[in-house]
Parts: sequence; structure tokens; C-alpha cells
Amino acid sequence: MSSLDWHNYPTEGFYDELIASGSVPRPTARALCEYLASLSDAELAERKEAAEIAIRVMGITFTVYSEGGMIDRAWPFDIMPRIIPLTEWTRIEAGLKQRVAALNLFIDDLYHEQKVIKDGILPADVLAQSVNFRPQCVGITPPHRVWAHICGSDLVRDKDGTMYVLEDNLRVPSGVSYMLENRVVTKRVLPELFESTRILPVDDYPSQLYDMLAAMSPRPGDDPQIVVMTPGIYNSAYFEHAYLAQQMGVELVEGSDLVVGDDDCCYMRTIYGLKRVDVIYRRIDDLFLDPEAFNPESTLGARGLMRAWRAGKVALANAPGAGVADDKVVYAYVPEIIKYYLDQDPILPNVPSYLCMRDKDRDHVLANLDKLVVKPANESGGYGMLVGPHSTAEKRAAFAELIRANPRNYMAQPTLTISTSPTLCDGHAEPRHVDLRPFILSGPQTYVTTGGLTRVALVKGSLVVNSSQGGGSKDTWIVDLEEA
Amino acid sequence: MLSRVAQNLYWMSRYVERAEDTARLINVNTNLLLDLPRSAQFGWEPLIYITGSHEHFFEHFGRAGEVAVVSFLTGDLQNPGSILSSFTSARENLRTTRDVMPREAWEALNHIFLYVRDNLANGVSPRGREHFLREVIQGCQRFNGFLEGCLSHTPARDFVLLGRYLERADMTTRILDVRSASLLTRESELAPFQGIQWMSVLKSLSAYQMYRQQVRARVRGQDVLAYLLQDPLFPRTVRFCLARLKEGLHGLPRAEAAMASVDAAERQVLEADVEALANAGLHEFIDDLQIGLGAIHDAISATYFTYHEKDAVPAAA
Repeated sequence: MSSLDWHNYPTEGFYDELIASGSVPRPTARALCEYLASLSDAELAERKEAAEIAIRVMGITFTVYSEGGMIDRAWPFDIMPRIIPLTEWTRIEAGLKQRVAALNLFIDDLYHEQKVIKDGILPADVLAQSVNFRPQCVGITPPHRVWAHICGSDLVRDKDGTMYVLEDNLRVPSGVSYMLENRVVTKRVLPELFESTRILPVDDYPSQLYDMLAAMSPRPGDDPQIVVMTPGIYNSAYFEHAYLAQQMGVELVEGSDLVVGDDDCCYMRTIYGLKRVDVIYRRIDDLFLDPEAFNPESTLGARGLMRAWRAGKVALANAPGAGVADDKVVYAYVPEIIKYYLDQDPILPNVPSYLCMRDKDRDHVLANLDKLVVKPANESGGYGMLVGPHSTAEKRAAFAELIRANPRNYMAQPTLTISTSPTLCDGHAEPRHVDLRPFILSGPQTYVTTGGLTRVALVKGSLVVNSSQGGGSKDTWIVDLEEA
Repeated sequence: MLSRVAQNLYWMSRYVERAEDTARLINVNTNLLLDLPRSAQFGWEPLIYITGSHEHFFEHFGRAGEVAVVSFLTGDLQNPGSILSSFTSARENLRTTRDVMPREAWEALNHIFLYVRDNLANGVSPRGREHFLREVIQGCQRFNGFLEGCLSHTPARDFVLLGRYLERADMTTRILDVRSASLLTRESELAPFQGIQWMSVLKSLSAYQMYRQQVRARVRGQDVLAYLLQDPLFPRTVRFCLARLKEGLHGLPRAEAAMASVDAAERQVLEADVEALANAGLHEFIDDLQIGLGAIHDAISATYFTYHEKDAVPAAA
């Protein structure tokens, strides 16, 4: 018996993913919790070490920038999985599909007729001031009218157990490779549980991704030439770019490998000569894609790529301009967007949001800065945020100024009490805050990963799940109790 | 295979070979100087010329003394040809091509890079130097061994071969050029030590033992020259290297221009009148040969790495 004693596990004040109040494991987590408790301290430490060795040997890293240059760090991983019952997941999955379907219709509308504005759903101002709207994309119709082929939506659970959508990443969301590798590591470390519990597999993703990309090819029938386009070795997600290319069996290219000819076709430079490229899964931001169309200083992109895309000679995933819906102000309108395009009620709720561009909302925000989280509209990765309860009066005053100067750029949300999940800390299970990033693929069909990437704030009390700032991750189990 | 990947593999392989060759050079020079009388020493300067870094070196150092030359050639990051720089560049090239290389090769390269970086002082000190240089050579051999044992015979391996053997041929001709300049001058004050010095030329290419097995006579200048240029069997002779280049090109598409340039260099080597060269004109001959090796590099580069879009016919998808 280990010193893991669930009776002492604190569940007050938070919703815990595995342990219900009263320190009783939830039904789907019972097998896991009993199993972990049956291990001796030494065995538990051994499992943890085995996971660390597996991560080193498999070379799972992420890149961080430090004073000494770029370094690869081992991916921080916690061996205690996070569990979601299949019944709940089925509902979440449906909610994500609904949401992404509406978002794609919305983006397509914005680049065509803009009915959503004409019908008074979205204020014209919001679009006019969007930094991610690309006039270069107006009038383009990508294959299947899909713009956000790969979406990573962040979900968090509040105190009462409600799962909210916190944001939708429609530009170049990352993390899916860690989701896949976390499962490989967990299977090595806790193989017994995979025999006794019905845990849904996750490893279908690379082939689903390949099929979705192949379906976008402008030359149907042929064996499409698909590539993953990376900004290069110094990008923090380079591991993932290389990993996905390898898993799909396609080339990993950089901008300098690509050439757009006078025929508007895109080619890659190979030792056999130029080879036509049909589909590019680009992991590079819009503005760096093509110095001809966007930032002329960009050395990461390929000259003429937008020309080739507009001519329909090459497919890009995600489509340029898809980020227009990846905006924290647009986010606030998503429930109405769903209703407008699909005539359905949203299955997954948004976190209540106050838009500073609305006078009433702004007054509320300015009066309650100490209770709210204020976010700039167009930043990702948690930059430029104010977390009211953890801020100083000085910082709040500075933020109030920023909000008054540019209300369109800010929105605020109540501070959620994000759920926790048991995490191995010094041989004990302690509650740590977690979020969840499922990935949604949109093509002829829509596919949602089984679960997603659970990120965990490894520092006690912290809400920061980013790996560069003390965050780690866990395997995510969708457990089917019916079949167990 | 992407051109960029091919180019990275080619350079990675060249850099590893360069590091090994440089280590051999330093090692042999150290030993040779111990054998020669002080008055007859030509010192460390020739190494700077062999590695083609004299301009760069004399910009920073006034005199080619032992410490300056050895530090310059082992750990000086300002010198792009130093052992440490070579490993750094090899590692950068391999970093982006890890997918096509066996994992052990990456680990071996990392290992030797870290060893060199952390033990530079040993390389300069006379007592630690031999061990240090041996580690470098063994590190390179280990790396090449993993490629030999675990890398499929795909274009990836072909570009590794091209890089390794072109670099090696280049180094062998440089050694011949610089070493022979002093040796072939008859009235050289070093004349009594000619035998030792020709042996050192062989030794800097680890060729002494094999040479003795094949060439039974006393070590003579023109025999050594003929051996290092024309012997088809020893793995560091120019002829041998050129044959490996052909083997590498054989597996690659569109190799006509590069193959023709290797053929031209090979003809030049085979048709050389070594006896006459031993008396006069060696330097000019080597110059021409170096131009020929440069042409091979240019042909490889133009065909596979940097070809102009307009010249390249789109390949069938």
C-alpha cells in the first residue's frame, strides 16, 4: 500500500475531475484510484521514473528561449491521467462540432456577403477593427467552404461542474502531438489499467488529419502531395511539426523549400527537381506566409503562396484569414453566431463575457477590475492579460487607462474556479488545476479527438498551464463505463 | 528528398570528416616535431596553410606558435574550420535532418560535440592532446559507423558519401601540397630527415601501415605521392575517394553533370606523371586537382541544392 490515501484528498472549494466531494473517487475513476493506492511508494516512484525515461528516450521535447539560446526541454508530464466519462464526452464532442461548423460558416460569410453584419448580429465595428481580418481573402471560396480545418478549443470546468469553452484557436493551434505521446507513455507506465478499463484510443489522429488534408487537394484522383510547413527548428512547436510530418509520412518543409511558378502552382525543391505540392498544412502565421502578400520582411514564408492559393492551385490549412474568428471579442458573439447560422442552441456554454466596447459592459468591468480577468482581443498564449484578483491597484489603474483608450480591444470574464485533478507531487496525490484542449478537424466530415490534451498547472494554486511557465500535461482518458 | 535536407546531410558529413582530418593532422604534427632537431623545425605554420585558414589566422595572430595554432584548430569558434566549429555546424545540420538519420548517430554526434566543448584545455596541453585527438577521431568513427550499420541505402546515404569523400579528397590533396613543397626541394636543410617527413605525411592519413604492406621499398617521395594519389585500395587516397563519389552519384537522379566532373578529376589523377611531378610542377598539379574537386562540389550543388527554378523541369508528381 502506498501513502496515496484518497480519504485525505482535499475536494473542498473546487470541482475535482476524479474525486467527488467527500473524497470518494468518481465511478469512472474508481479503478484507477484503487490501482494507484494499491501500489507501494517505491512502485509509484518507479512508474514516475519510467515515464521520465520514456519521455527522454522518445525525445519528446519543447523548445524554450533562454539567455543561452534555444534549448530543448523534456516535456513535463504527470502520470495520473485525467478522466472524462464517455457519456459526458459525447455531449462535449457534439458541442464542439456544432461550434466549429458555425465558426466556419461565419468566416466564410465574412469573406463573402457579410450577412451576419447586415442582419445586425455582429456590429460592423467589430469586423472593422479586427486585426486578423485579411482583405486579401475576400471572395475566396476554399474547398468545402471550410476555413478553420484544424481547431483547438480550450475548455475549462467551473466549480459547479459546468464545462465552458474558454477560447477557440483557429490559427495554428498546437499540442496534439503531446496528446498522442502522452498516451504512448501512459500505456507503458500503467499497462494493467488498459486491460481492465475501457479507455477509448486516441491514435487515430494522424490518419484522420492526413485524410482531411488529402480531401482538400486541388487535383482529386491523384496521389496528393501533402507537406507540413514549419517556421523552422527554433519554433517552440518544431517537435510537433516534425512529429506530425513523420506520422503522416509527408515532407516537413520550410518556406525556402517552396517555389511558386509563373503557372501559379506551388512546387517544392527536391533532389529530383521541382515537385508539385497540393496541400500545405502550414504551421506559420498568416502574416509570415508570403512576403508578396503580407509582411515583405518575412523570410519564413514562400513568395507567391497567396497567389497560388487564390488561384486554387494549392490548398492551405488553415486557410489564411481564418483567425478572424479567433478574437476574444468575436468569441463573445459565438452563441449568437451558432443560433444565427445553425438555428440551434449552443450545446457548450461560453464563459460569460463583458465587451468593453459596450458602454454598460465597460462600466461594469471598470467597477469590478479586481474580480475579473481582462483579456486583449487579439493576443494568444495568455499575453497582455489582467487577472484581477491577483493584481495590484497600480496595475488595475493602468489597465483601466488601456481599456478607456481602446475599448474594442478588451473583454472581461469572471474569474472561474477552474477544476482540479489529482497530480503526483512528491509521492502524494495533490489537486492541481487543469484545462482541456480537444482538436477538431473539419473537412467533408468533422472529427474530434478522443478527449484532447489536458494541461496541468504543476505549481500549487497556479492557474498557468503553459509548459514554459511551470505547466505540464496528463493523459486524458475517455472511459466507457457501460462496457467496463 | 527535399533539396534542403540533402544539402544539410552533405554538409553534416563534410564537417564530421573535416573534424576528423584536422585531428589527425594535429596529432601527426605533434609527433613529428618531437622527432626533428630544433634547428630543422618548420613548426606549426604548415597546418595553417593545409587547412586553408592562413588569411584568417594571421589577421588574429602574429606568429604561428604551437599554442596559437593548436587552439585555433581545435576550439576556436572564430575559425569556422576548427574541430569545435565543425562539430557545431555538423550538429546544426543534423538537427533539422534527424528524421532521416538513425537516432544513434545523433547521439554519437552530440556526445563528441559535448566532449570537445568540455575538454578543450586538454587538446592544447601537450600531455592531454593525444588522448583528446584520439577521442575526436573515435567519435567521428563511431558516428560514421552508425551510419554504415544503420542507414538504409537511400539518397540520404548517397549525400553522406558525397560529403565525406569530397572533403577527404580535398584534405588529402592539401596535405600533399603543403607537405611536399618543403620536401621536394632538394637542397632543403631538412634533407636528412626526408624519410621521417614522408612517413609523417603517410601517418597523417593513417596510411603508413597499409603503405608498407603494399610498397615494399624504402619510403621515397615519389612512391608516397603515387600511392596517395593513385592507389585504388586505401580509403584515403584521392583515387579511392573519387570512386566513392561515383558510387554516391550512382544512386541519384540527374547525376550526369556531377558524374562528368568526377570523371574529369579521376582522369587527371590517373594520367598524372608522378615521377615528373616529384621533380617539378606538383603545386600546379594539385592546384588543378583542387579546381577539379571544386567543380564536383559546384556540380552537386547546382544539380541538387541551389538549382534555379527555371532550369529545373518539374518532376512527375
